Amino acid sequence: MTFLSNLINGISLGSVYAIIALGYTMVYGIAKMLNFAHGDVIMVGAYASYCTMIYLGWHPLLSILFSIVVCTLLGVIIEAFAYKPLRRAGSLAVLITAIGVSYLLQNVALLIWGSTPKVFTSVVNFEPLSFFGGKLTITAESIVTVLACIVIMICLTLFTQKTKIGKAMRAVSEDKDAAELMGINVNTTISITFAVGSALAAVAGVLLCSSYPTLVPTTGSMPGIKAFTAAVFGGIGSIPGAMLGGILLGIIEIFSKSYISTSLSDAIVFAVLILVLLIKPTGILGKKITEKV
Amino acid sequence: MRKFKSINKFTRTGIISYLLVILGFAIIFPLQQLGLINHSLSGQLVPICTYIVMALSLNLTVGFLGELSLGHAGFVSVGAFSGVIAAAGLQDKIAFEPLRLLIAVIIGGICAGIVGLIIGVPVLRLRGDYLAIVTLAFGEIIKNIINCLYVGVDKSGLHISMNDVKSLGMENGKIILNGPQGAVGIDQISSFTAGVILILFALFIILNLVNSKSGRAVMAIRDNRIAAESVGINISKYKLIAFITSSVLAGMAGVVYAMNYSTIVAKKFDFNTSILILVFVVLGGMGNIVGTIIATVVLYMLPELLREFSDFRMLIYAVILIVVMLLTNNEKVKLILSNTTGKLLSKSGKIIKWKGSADNG
Repeated sequence: MTFLSNLINGISLGSVYAIIALGYTMVYGIAKMLNFAHGDVIMVGAYASYCTMIYLGWHPLLSILFSIVVCTLLGVIIEAFAYKPLRRAGSLAVLITAIGVSYLLQNVALLIWGSTPKVFTSVVNFEPLSFFGGKLTITAESIVTVLACIVIMICLTLFTQKTKIGKAMRAVSEDKDAAELMGINVNTTISITFAVGSALAAVAGVLLCSSYPTLVPTTGSMPGIKAFTAAVFGGIGSIPGAMLGGILLGIIEIFSKSYISTSLSDAIVFAVLILVLLIKPTGILGKKITEKV
Repeated sequence: MRKFKSINKFTRTGIISYLLVILGFAIIFPLQQLGLINHSLSGQLVPICTYIVMALSLNLTVGFLGELSLGHAGFVSVGAFSGVIAAAGLQDKIAFEPLRLLIAVIIGGICAGIVGLIIGVPVLRLRGDYLAIVTLAFGEIIKNIINCLYVGVDKSGLHISMNDVKSLGMENGKIILNGPQGAVGIDQISSFTAGVILILFALFIILNLVNSKSGRAVMAIRDNRIAAESVGINISKYKLIAFITSSVLAGMAGVVYAMNYSTIVAKKFDFNTSILILVFVVLGGMGNIVGTIIATVVLYMLPELLREFSDFRMLIYAVILIVVMLLTNNEKVKLILSNTTGKLLSKSGKIIKWKGSADNG
């Protein structure tokens, strides 16, 4: 029974990673950059939801919507001010700028909310489900997280496959110059990608803090790094890959926590990642890119 | 002056960087001895020296080899803790402090080098962002493992355990490494002089490597891997040479850094530290040794100088970082800079093309 409950916890944590990883993977696929500030957008989303719920007494659903709006705007603003001027610069310059943005967000949050942890009240207020006479309980947060993840996955697949903007995104990620020649506005497409990724980050932030309720300015950084490894794990640039990578990473983390060692669980997660990359260097679902000489 | 210009570029960089370090030492050391430097600054001297070495060694991987490493602090950590253990183990046997520090530094360097070899062999096959993420993962793994490590010393030698202090099974022993609390009771034997000697040593190694046949092979790989391979350069071998040299130097810097404090925790060498070192390298200019030294000193001192803004200082630091990156990559600013440097140099009869600090990534 512990196995089953661990598995469910793992899938639930993995779903959060998957939602964050989707943001990483979409931005990487289109702008070919590692957006290190993504983890901190999660933190901002969680704070936005926390403030409206606690200080203004808003309904949880309304607060989630508010936090989605805040993060979407934040994502677009960051892209416009920090990343757009560097479109033609080397990848390292963009990476360092992203790190700068990440420090900036953390320190602004530190100035506004201070370093004392805030206790996040869960946005889900159902009773936990109980099976087999109380032997197996599944928290409502887990169920909502997994459901949210599935819904997001379906919506995102439909969005990228069926809509015009989605097609533009795929075209830009395939070949920026060719897409531009076909009349696609590359800059707008990249902005929209950032908006979608950041909106997902807001959802991830609220879900993450509902399950793990301590909220500090650095809340987003570790899940951010892990979600990023999840994106690489599944094959960066691939949406189903991010999903698979996130969920696998969550399961591995929870299992190594409960069966091997709590303090070594991060080491085990990263060791598995390295093994996967050594065996299949482009990640589980990544495409193999042949090089032209 | 003309004669100085006619010396080849590498020798010139070498002379400038050695002079810079020696001059810095010659100015600061007497001031420190006379007590003219305030306490907070004099406490920063050893960290600055070690950060310079860390940045120089990372520059070897990022600037000269052209591979992005996000786990450099991992090597520093390995060096620091193995050096601390070695120094504590030798405390009764070698009384002369500089010799004990030297042996600790060598052991720290060797341990970091071995880890570099273990990591380098499989990892250097990967490319670009994948290599970056794997080095990141290794940094985290090293941090986690050291966080769970317990080491103690008694008459019968070293005791190592992954569980707790009790399982070390010591009698009247001394605990060196206490799991999450890190290394405790370190004998603070490192000094500013030791730091400067380490910088000079690192410069000697890096400049000689870069200016050798191996160094040229390493840079050929950076500039065009396929072309380098096609003229018969053994890619893995030279990549590994650069990577291991870089990790050995990082480990040595770690030892000197750790021996400056009475306690040190594994969390000190986390992802943020790796990023900090990378920022020094990128802002100093990848592959630019003098630039790296200057950038490290300025950027390390910056939060200290901004201390009066206390709460805002990291915020200002972040803003400066973003603004500098945006400006150095702005076409107009580049043009203005190249014009001014061009004019200045054209007086001496030579025009060189100005290169942005980070435009060759």
